[in-house]
This record gives sequence, C-alpha cells and structure tokens, in this order.
Amino acid sequence: MSPRTKALYLVLLALLLIVPFQNMVYIVFVMKLLCFALFASAFNLLLGYTGLLSFGHAAFFGGAAYVTAHACKAWGWTPEMGILAGMAYAAITGWAFGSLAIRRQGIYFAMITLALSQLIFFLALQLKFTGGEDGIQGVPRGKLFGLIDLSSDTALYYFVLALALFGFLAIQRAIHSPFGQVLKSIRENEPRAISLGYDVAKFKLLAFVISATLAGMAGSAKSLVFQLATLTDVHWHMSGEVVLMTILGGIGTILGPVVGAGVVIGLQNYLAGIGSFSTIVLGAIFVVCVLAFRRGIVGEWLALLERRRAAKAEAGYRES
Amino acid sequence: MSEAAGEPILQTEGLTKEFMGFVAVNDVGLTVKRGTIHALIGPNGAGKTTCFNLLTKFHKPTSGRIVFKGADITDKTPSQIALIGMVRSFQISSVFPHLTVLENVRVGLQQRLGISMHFWKSEKTLDRLNDEAMHCLGQVGLAEFADRTAVSLPYGRKRALEIATTLGMNPELMLLDEPTQGMGHEDVDRVTQLIKKVSAGRTVLMVEHNMKVVASIADTITVLQRGSVIASGTYAEVSANPQVMDAYLGTTTTEGLGAH
Ligand SMILES: Nc1ncnc2c1ncn2[C@@H]1O[C@H](COP(=O)(O)OP(=O)(O)O)[C@@H](O)[C@H]1O
Ligand SMILES: [Mg+2]
Repeated sequence: MSPRTKALYLVLLALLLIVPFQNMVYIVFVMKLLCFALFASAFNLLLGYTGLLSFGHAAFFGGAAYVTAHACKAWGWTPEMGILAGMAYAAITGWAFGSLAIRRQGIYFAMITLALSQLIFFLALQLKFTGGEDGIQGVPRGKLFGLIDLSSDTALYYFVLALALFGFLAIQRAIHSPFGQVLKSIRENEPRAISLGYDVAKFKLLAFVISATLAGMAGSAKSLVFQLATLTDVHWHMSGEVVLMTILGGIGTILGPVVGAGVVIGLQNYLAGIGSFSTIVLGAIFVVCVLAFRRGIVGEWLALLERRRAAKAEAGYRES
Repeated sequence: MSEAAGEPILQTEGLTKEFMGFVAVNDVGLTVKRGTIHALIGPNGAGKTTCFNLLTKFHKPTSGRIVFKGADITDKTPSQIALIGMVRSFQISSVFPHLTVLENVRVGLQQRLGISMHFWKSEKTLDRLNDEAMHCLGQVGLAEFADRTAVSLPYGRKRALEIATTLGMNPELMLLDEPTQGMGHEDVDRVTQLIKKVSAGRTVLMVEHNMKVVASIADTITVLQRGSVIASGTYAEVSANPQVMDAYLGTTTTEGLGAH
C-alpha cells in the first residue's frame, strides 16, 4: 500500500468516526451506506476477484435480514447472536446455492443463482414467520452482549461501523491471501489454473460461501438499523442493485463497491422525491457510466494514475 | 531416473474421441518413452490438440485407456493429473495476464505448500517461494521482467513465461501444444533451445508444426492424420514413409512438411 493510499484510508476512517458528532449528514443514512458498501464489497469478491456473476445475492442479504429480525424479535436473542444466526443462514444457503451453480459458466451461472434466490423470495412471501407483505417490523435493537443498549443511534452506529470494518478487512485479507492468488488466477485463465493442479470448483465454492456470509452480515446489520426485514431485501431488484453498485464503482477494485454503493444509495435518497421516475434516472446514469467509463469510477481513476505513472517512468527513462 | 530412461512413461490404448458422431481421435496407441522429446505432428484438424485434451483429462475419451507411470489414469480429473507429474501448456497463449510475471510462476509453485485454501493468511507467506520463482524465470531469460504484468510482455516472452510456469511444477512429463506457433525466426530458435534445455531430466511431448524444430530436437515423431496414427519413429524413418509424404499435400519430399 502506498503512503498516499494509507493516508486516504486514515482520512476516511477519521471521517467515519466523527459522524455522530455532526449534523450535516443523517446518521441512519450513513449506517445504511455502510451496510450496502459491505454488501457490494462482499459481492465484488465473487465478481471482481473470481469472475463469477451472481444474480441472486439478495437471497443472502435479505434472507439473513429475516433470520436476524426473527431471532431478535421472536426469540429475544441479543444483537450479536442475531447477526451470527443471519450469517450462519447465509453461509449454509451460500454453500447450497454455490454447489448447484458453480459447475456452470457465465450466463448459466447467473440464471441458476437468480432462480434459487427466487425460491427464497417465495419462502419469504409464503412462510408464516416472515409476515408476508408486511415483513417483520419493530425488530428490537436489543443490548449488545446483553450490556450495551443499541437503541441509541450513536451506539448502534459504532457497532455497525465495527461490523463493516471487520467485513472490509476480511475481504481485503482474503483477496491478498494464498487463496486470493488462486482466485485471481481462476478469473484470469481458468483452464490454466486447472492445468496447474487446482480443483477450481473447490475454490469457487469457498469464495461463494465467504461472499454470501458477508453479504448476510450486511443484511443482518441492516435489519437492526431499520428494525425491519421486508420483501424488498430479498427481491431480485436487490440482486440487480448490488451488481449495479459494483460495476458503477469499479469491478475488482477495493474501494469501487464502496463508492458505487454511495452513489446509488445517495442518488436513490436524492431522487426519492420524484417517485418511480428515480428508477429511470438511475438506469440512465448507469448506461452513461458504462458507456463512458467502462472500468467504473474507481477503476477509471486508478487507470488514470497508472497512465500518469507510466508516462513519468518513460520520461525518467529517456532522461537517464 | 537414468536407469528408467527409455521405459514408457505414458501409453494409450485405443484412445478414441467422438464429437457428436465426428471422430476427432481414432484408436490412437501412443507410447512416450521416459527422458525423450516426443513430437506429435499432422495437418490442421488432425486431432493433435484433442489428443492433448484427452491425455490431460480436459476431455473424456469415448473409449480407450491412458496409462501414466504404470497407473491407469483414464478416470482422473485434470487437476489431479497435474499433481501426479503431467503438466500441459495450451495452443493459445496461456498466462495470467494481469498478474505479474513473478506471480504467474508463483501460483504454480504455491500448489505444493498446501495452503492454497487459506484465505486468512497474508500473501506474504508466499514470499518464501520468490527465490525459486526467480530461478524458473532465470532459466527462460525473464528474470528482469519479474515485476511487469504478464499482459505487457511481447508474444514470444509470454510463451517463455508459460514454460517457466510449467517448469515450476517440476513435471516429469511436459505437454507443449505448438510452443513456437506464430513466432518470428529468432523467437522460434530461442524457444527451441529452451525446450531442449529444460527437457534435461524430464520427458516432453509436444505438438509442433515447424519441421525444422522437430528435426532438430525430437527423438521420436508420431504423425496423426484425420485422427489416426499413420507413422511413428525417428525423423528419418517418418520422413521416408510414403503415407506421411502423401498426407502433406502429396509432396514426395519432406520439405513441404513445414508448410502447415
Ligand atoms: N470441442 C469440440 N467439439 C467438436 N469438435 C471438435 C472439438 N474440438 C475439436 N473438434 C474437432 O476435432 C478435429 C480435431 O481438432 P484439433 O484436435 O484441434 O486438431 P489439431 O490440433 O490437430 O489442429 C477438428 O475437426 C475440430 O473441428
Ligand atoms: Mg491444435
């Protein structure tokens, strides 16, 4: 990591830490942002670093939201236990979905994940405990470890921030691990990775499970923030939204999904006033972005820096 | 290893592959002897690449048997094959484009550490492989490019990188599919010498169109035509075979062989 990047991360962290002490941005909005940034980053582990396009990640995000909401409301579990339950659900579902989908490539992989996630949507609609069209409302935020009351936004904020940071660091580590090296090689050239002795199905499955589990953590946290789990969370729109965030921000970059989530959530918030038009506006922005900067916002930025560095190196080379 | 030289390392019996009724590989019996460079030649579409895909399990044979180092490997998976000492390269250039040159080799070396599923470990744990990776790169003359991304290398060097990556796996049998395809003269000579050099202590099975290359380094040549073996032997034996001359545009001299 360059000193510049390090500085950027430190500034970001400092800004995040002081959020409860200002009045310019709404704290619940920042929590929502953190949840979606984590969701998109988890998704990016699969799309950006393994080359797998899942179109069913709402099943993990939304499903975990339901599990956490139910555990905290009906069983009175503490928030951390509720979140662990949501993550366990997401890990198991991720393993099952992944096992079925990873033997297929490209669009078939996407279709299978979509079909399976529709199954979860159907369950959320039909099962009794999920509350049908109403979802699960009035989820208690509870006491963290039975001690710290999370009903204040500030306390919950730091909890969600800690969760999000844990998630980012976990993803960051996975990308820069021996496992991550193999994932990247599968993304770059799958037959070659196989010919070097890697059973790629095993690696894809583990990547899928990690991605699903962290997407679940994001959904669980969201259900505590809004004290709500609804059909929106498991709807295929949600699966599409996370694809959008990741592509918009920059596939296979660390900050891309975070920026993408910020842009999409920010715009949704800003455009909420114009009702269903907002979808059209978002769609138009997406099309323009994809056409104008194919690498996404962060991807283009990094490419620009790279070009500049190359030009500098070239100039230095000529002088010497 | 030296006393085993000359023993067959790889044998096939009745190897056949059909694609929806079209027989791409027909009843191929191939014997590759340990310690030799064995070339597989034949016109385009003869089934050479399909043969490689069968040997390395990327395709399932319709019928037939494959024996490697005395064990039947017909039912193994492609990744298992690599782990028992048979590593292939591909006809189309096959590097990991956006990894660095060093990382390209290291991904292969990493295999033997047995930590490749460890997603919680830092990639610094792989640094202990750097010396060996540099050694592999040195062998193919790529040491000075270690930090560049593979995609930025010129074509000939990419192919050399593939060989370095394959070498890193320390395979007993290397399968190279047209390693000099699409190269200029200089690169062809360089890669030919390289193959000769790295074949020391191992066995090489290669598909090659360039007859100069075949004549200069291959110990044994097998000629495929329309999926079947039509000749097998030394360069002198094979090039004197009338069927082989016929297969190559009906020429009566072997000079036409290089045209494919
Ligand atoms: N996956 C496949 N499906 C159908 N036909 C194939 C497939 N792979 C190869 N073939 C056919 O098998 C024949 C042999 O191809 P190939 O092994 O690539 O030849 P070579 O490498 O000797 O040029 C060709 O006619 C090719 O079209
Ligand atoms: Mg071929």
